[in-house]
Amino acid sequence: MSEGLKLHFEVAPDDIAAAGNASTGTKNTLKKMGFPAAIIRRVAIAMYEGEINMVIHAKGGDVDVEIQPDRIVMTLADRGPGIPDIDLAMQEGWSTATENVREYGFGAGMGLPNMKKNTDEMRIDTQLGVGTTVTMTVYVA
Amino acid sequence: MCTTKQLAQALALETLVEQEDREITGGYCGDLLSRVMGSAPADSAWVTVMGNVNAVAVASMADVACMVLAENAPLDAQAAARAKEHGVTVLRSAQPMFELCEAIEQALKAE
Repeated sequence: MSEGLKLHFEVAPDDIAAAGNASTGTKNTLKKMGFPAAIIRRVAIAMYEGEINMVIHAKGGDVDVEIQPDRIVMTLADRGPGIPDIDLAMQEGWSTATENVREYGFGAGMGLPNMKKNTDEMRIDTQLGVGTTVTMTVYVA
Repeated sequence: MCTTKQLAQALALETLVEQEDREITGGYCGDLLSRVMGSAPADSAWVTVMGNVNAVAVASMADVACMVLAENAPLDAQAAARAKEHGVTVLRSAQPMFELCEAIEQALKAE
């Protein structure tokens, strides 16, 4: 497979208001490239949820996006605490977000389920005390 | 169906940020941002009392036609700037959420 267009973003820690650079940048690029609105929407939602997670649960991290004509692959790597129980984290409504985060309107326990719902493939590699890498693929069919 | 501009006129909504006049094909109401991203349909009018930058980002990612702030909820300056940057139309009403949603539903049916 040929190499697609690659984008790289850094997600800053702690600032919830600033989150969204990676998803906005990717959204704008996909729009310019002429991808269908429904595909762009799925990518944008999944990435924004991922970015918010990196800000509120980890200390930021790196986002890499590879854009191919038939797929968009997003890799979100943080240096956070890791996820002790992925099955529990995937449950709708289960959240470890702080009160401060809830005041912003997040922390409903829908982040990871939304990411899974909006992508065709999602893989979570996590190591306690080291970090979590979430890889998501959206196919353009 | 109606457009964001038509909706603002029909319900005498305050236009806080005016962007592209988009067609509205439905509605959604809620303040928990991940719920909104999970459930708000694209091209809908999203009724909320959340007027912060994250809400604007959610409106952009979920590709809703417009945000409608209910109960005269404030849109902070940073959020207004972000809305302009992201092309998100923000309208506002003094009505409580339930009544506002009902009025929007009527406006969508009438057109």
